[in-house]
Amino acid sequence: MHAILRSYIWHSRARIAVLLVLSGALAMSWRTAEAQQEPPYFVSYSSVMEEPGNLEVENQNVTAAPKNARAFFAPTVEFEYGVTAWWTTEVYAQGQATQFDSSIYTGVRWENRFRPLPREYWINPVIYIEYEDVNAGDKSFLEITGNTSIATLAVPNALLRKEQEQSLEEKLILSSNVKGWNLSENFISEKDFGESEPWEFGYALAASRSLSLKGSASECTFCRQNFAAGVELFGGLGTSDGFGLSQTEQYLGPTIALNTPRGLTYKFSPEFGLNDNSVGVLWRFGVSYEIQQFRDWFRRTK
Amino acid sequence: MKARMVGLTALLGMSMMCFAVADGSWLKKVPQADRERANPYAGKQDAVAAGENLFRNNCAKCHGVNAEGKGSRPSLKSDRLKNATDGEIAWLLKNGNAYKGMPGWGGLPEQKRWQIVIYLRSLNPPSSSNARTAGAQ
Repeated sequence: MHAILRSYIWHSRARIAVLLVLSGALAMSWRTAEAQQEPPYFVSYSSVMEEPGNLEVENQNVTAAPKNARAFFAPTVEFEYGVTAWWTTEVYAQGQATQFDSSIYTGVRWENRFRPLPREYWINPVIYIEYEDVNAGDKSFLEITGNTSIATLAVPNALLRKEQEQSLEEKLILSSNVKGWNLSENFISEKDFGESEPWEFGYALAASRSLSLKGSASECTFCRQNFAAGVELFGGLGTSDGFGLSQTEQYLGPTIALNTPRGLTYKFSPEFGLNDNSVGVLWRFGVSYEIQQFRDWFRRTK
Repeated sequence: MKARMVGLTALLGMSMMCFAVADGSWLKKVPQADRERANPYAGKQDAVAAGENLFRNNCAKCHGVNAEGKGSRPSLKSDRLKNATDGEIAWLLKNGNAYKGMPGWGGLPEQKRWQIVIYLRSLNPPSSSNARTAGAQ
């Protein structure tokens, strides 16, 4: 009886989360347009920065039912702001709910991305620096570094939340735009502040393309030009004590995004685990909305 | 005293940068080959309409729905654009002018960027000298 009740609560939470996302999407769908150059990635970064003065609010979610562990749902809320054309800053707040366990807040992240070169080249570097203050209950899969195992997903939240980690994460983002395709490569390193843990490494590779390279003369929502599709491959690369793919999680999956002319972007991706150390399938979906020229709200002259 | 001097120099530098935003100095950076590129959509009315949609979705938030400019973001109906070639406008759109606030739009497919250029051209018919350049291409 108790299990049935908890299952009901879990499903209710999931339903509430979905309803919140949908109602938020509907409530905002009357607003104006969304930039169409951002690739449809969940994990990888391209060289596209947030336009100066714009604030993008994104709700990104991942859910999965790992083998030998309980199903979970992990939402992340992101606030991304374009400080200048070469500097974007972003704050994340995240949590997770695990079936037959509990819902917990898992922490915050603050990232900054800098584009050092002022022009478009055949390959465009971006420097990424992120401060993370998250606990071990984090199931957002926003990046994979070091040696990780799905066995930790079976540990109860009450234990995981006690293990707090502050770390600094750096990424070298390389991105190219070739004949309508975006190709992005991210090289990740992460260092936990508090303990004498080794440096952890990871990677993310992605490619995507808009379904139509030309714009349409008529305004439309579901036409090809508003869709972008691609593929992402990401995973850990071990640590400074042992570099390589051994004991790491690896994922590969297609991704698709719809940029509506009303300012919302919807993204979806199933990501498939490539080894026994990975979750079978990570189901991701996200919705984002760009508040255009947010900084004008605080200016006298607009 | 020294701190004040540093502050004043910084202020002076910043105000000079503000002037530089609208001084069209980016034009000097455009390589000759890019300057001379012709718009593949020249003369196509449906491309103008498509460019207008793309402009509204991507550019209007900073430059205004009718390209009239917003605050410090310049109007895109100007003599400078009338005198610029399509290739120069396309170069600016792709590369941006990052240190002066204009992001690059290299992530937008090239065809879409040319459609925006043709729309901007419709707002800024070329001056006679530019028409001669275009005619020579």
